[in-house]
Amino acid sequence: MSARRETLLWLAQRASAAVLALCVLVHLATIIIAVQGGLSAAEILQRTRGNVLGLVFYATFVAAAAVHAPIGLRATLGEWLGWRGASRDVALVLFALALAVLGLRAVMGVFGGAA
Amino acid sequence: MRRNDHRARRHPAYGAFLVHRISGILLALFLPLHLWALSQSLQGAAQFDQLLAWTAAPSVKVAEWGIVVLLAAHLTGGLRLLALELLPWRDWQKSLAALAAAIALAFGLAFALAL
Repeated sequence: MSARRETLLWLAQRASAAVLALCVLVHLATIIIAVQGGLSAAEILQRTRGNVLGLVFYATFVAAAAVHAPIGLRATLGEWLGWRGASRDVALVLFALALAVLGLRAVMGVFGGAA
Repeated sequence: MRRNDHRARRHPAYGAFLVHRISGILLALFLPLHLWALSQSLQGAAQFDQLLAWTAAPSVKVAEWGIVVLLAAHLTGGLRLLALELLPWRDWQKSLAALAAAIALAFGLAFALAL
């Protein structure tokens, strides 16, 4: 395990955390405002479809989460389950890709195109 | 493996570490489900409404509240970590942990009131 790689992962974890801090604040505020008075699909999609700012914001959110979550799990798997080495990292790269693909699909579904 | 002694585990910072780690694991498990359910439900407004109807059940609402608190706790715990690592600090570790807990619970309260 190279020190350089560990340093880069540490840096990526902090940088993505800083982005996520802002994203999560906005997301929590949105959730709390949106649930007031109940939710309906038409109501939500009417507000979101074609909203470019929302699309860029949530695409950024997904990208930062896809970087952040696997690095956090990496430390946890190593320290609590003793799972280290290449197999752990391959599994986590796949997890990161799955998050990115699922996340961007969801973002496109909510914010992309017309209703 | 080196283990923490009981003095380290009695410090509030150990509690803050556990909350941060466990909330992180649970969020990493929830995130793929959340994104998958969202993209599945976006086949059309009818499917989306089905998902929203399911989330109206009281047990699901309690679970949602739990996830909001986990997210808020992971956010504030992460800000605590960034402050510890990147800002000069000496003797305000406990205050920082308490502040993180207070803000996380405030989000939980705001979400519960908005439901």
